[in-house]
Amino acid sequence: MVTPDGGTISVDGTPTTALDPVVLRRRIGYVPQDGGLFPHWRVWRNAALVPWLLGNADAPARAGAALQLVGLDPAMFGGRWPHQLSGGQRQRVAIARALAARPGVLLLDEPFGALDAITRADLRESFRALRRSLRVTAILVTHDLREASILADRVAVLRHGRIEQVAPPGTLHTAPATPYVAELLARAGIQ
Amino acid sequence: MLRWLPALIVLGVGPVRPHEPDAGRPVVVASKPFGESYILAEMFSQLLEAHGIRADRRLGLGATQIAYGALRSGAIDVYPEYTGTGLIAILGLPPEPDARTVFAHVAAVSAARDGVRWLPPLGFENTYAIAVRRTTADSLHLETLTDLGRSGSGLRGGFTADFIGRPDGLPGLVRVYGVHLREVRALLPAVKYAALAAGRVDVIDGFSTDGLIARYDLVVLRDDRHFYPPYEAAAVVSAALQRDNPAAIAVLTELSDRIGVPEMRALNRRLEVDGVPVAIIAADALRALGLTPGAAPATADRAEPQAGGAGGREPLGAYVRSQRGPLAAMTARHLLLVGISLAAAILIAVPLGVGLLAIPRSADIVIRVIGAIQTVPGIALLAFMIPLLGIGVVPALVALFLYSLYPILRNTYEGVRGTEAGTVDAGEALGMTNAQVMAYIRLPLAMPIIMAGVRTAAVIDVGTATLAAFIGAGGLGDPIVTGLALSDTRMILSGAIPAALLALAVDALLGAGQRLAARRWNAA
Repeated sequence: MVTPDGGTISVDGTPTTALDPVVLRRRIGYVPQDGGLFPHWRVWRNAALVPWLLGNADAPARAGAALQLVGLDPAMFGGRWPHQLSGGQRQRVAIARALAARPGVLLLDEPFGALDAITRADLRESFRALRRSLRVTAILVTHDLREASILADRVAVLRHGRIEQVAPPGTLHTAPATPYVAELLARAGIQ
Repeated sequence: MLRWLPALIVLGVGPVRPHEPDAGRPVVVASKPFGESYILAEMFSQLLEAHGIRADRRLGLGATQIAYGALRSGAIDVYPEYTGTGLIAILGLPPEPDARTVFAHVAAVSAARDGVRWLPPLGFENTYAIAVRRTTADSLHLETLTDLGRSGSGLRGGFTADFIGRPDGLPGLVRVYGVHLREVRALLPAVKYAALAAGRVDVIDGFSTDGLIARYDLVVLRDDRHFYPPYEAAAVVSAALQRDNPAAIAVLTELSDRIGVPEMRALNRRLEVDGVPVAIIAADALRALGLTPGAAPATADRAEPQAGGAGGREPLGAYVRSQRGPLAAMTARHLLLVGISLAAAILIAVPLGVGLLAIPRSADIVIRVIGAIQTVPGIALLAFMIPLLGIGVVPALVALFLYSLYPILRNTYEGVRGTEAGTVDAGEALGMTNAQVMAYIRLPLAMPIIMAGVRTAAVIDVGTATLAAFIGAGGLGDPIVTGLALSDTRMILSGAIPAALLALAVDALLGAGQRLAARRWNAA
């Protein structure tokens, strides 16, 4: 998943193949499905990871600011271990960790998948507000078309590794490009 | 108290012996791990001391191969050996019936091959005595080894490991007399008489000079085809001593042709049946031979005479209390052996386990090769070390180090390899280098598993370190080895109980460390 089979992937106009992957990754905030927090690091150190990797002297301050952004009081949560958090809190810390170095791009891999319905709706709403206020580019992978419709400016529907349609959520509804897209929307109950 | 115990404790890491003659150094006197060998070695030592020559006792060395190997490499200077053993087990030559021929042959080949000198024999032969209970002999009409070959197929043998393996032992009985027993067990010299008397086995190998043959009313089967060569006892002397201290050799020669079969049997009986300390037996014997003055030898005042036989010795508790100084020193030595070897193993095995992650396809092979060391019996591994490292602390440390590698390596590798994929992926995706993933994620998360490996290795080490006594490295194995050789249960326990407690303590301590390593962040 590092080198494209064909075509190019560019970040800020530079093809990824021309960049050192380690340097590139530090410029992209990443939120895995289960949080992927380091269980042996406290919340504060987890959130400070990327600024620390970049050698920023103010990494703890950036971590604190990021925790604040996701709605966690650093004074209260910073000293906790990941196992002392709820699933939703863990996911917030993962988002804070991804944001702490203020990357231009966020990559979220089903970030709300493993949460209960109420927590998921809550976190989804926080994320939507956060993204608008930070004006960060976010690529979010989801199986939930409803989630995509709520959060996304543009949705790319993938099937067997090929793009079926790329469009704003409204266009998907009004003009599905393929029967697959239409059926997907029908099945999701969004019509 | 048994006076060689303190002497054994002070065995240190000696400097490598220089090759210039050094007449002032102590003579290193050794024995094999059975009573008669202890008595003779103690007599050698006291005789040397009576002539103002210092003796450094390393009694109870493993068995023939370890003792002779140590002599050949110069790690020891003298020990009592038997010509027949030299002929067959050491030099690998065919048996011969005539005592003079055997001695001449063995002496010539040892000198030419190893630079080892056989002093003129001490005066008694000690041949293998294949013994059965009188009731067994009567019911099966056993008088000779030929009879055993004909009627012994229903009997159970209990033999020393030495006897089972050497060509003039069980294999010889099978070949010459067609002896096929129902089963054969390896027994320690110290327990075989008791096992025979208790009916656990039916046939044992003893020595013709053993004091216990008469005590248990056993029948010794006659070697009617004259298979066994003569086993004349003699002092064998290293090349180094011949070069460094000819005077010591002259002193040792005073014992030649002075100890007959009845005398040796009487000395063995005092040890095995009456439970008299070796130092006293040796001192009395030397006085009786007129080789030391009438007054008690200077070294004997540390040894208190003990009343009564083996059953009348002071109880274990009192014995341990009286020995607490030496026992503490032996425990310290034991911990030192374990601590140093374990530390070295951690320093090698942890980086190796981490490195193996870079070559996962070869990792299993490397780990299996290291694991194969684990299957080498401790005493064999120690024996392999002698030509390279001599005897004493250094080869013991190397052997313990080798035994510690596998559990630490295996756990380190499995620990760093088995880190939860999601955690590693997150680290990589957020821009950690491989080295950072290893240092900050894999290693810290594997720490409890690595600690578990260290804990396993430490407990194995504490147990295996008792074997170090077989190559003169000291530790709590000393009283175990000596006690086994002398059939002194109390002495065995005085080493075995502290060793077991030590293993438990080390396990508990490292277990606490292991929990500490994971306590804070584990969701326990």
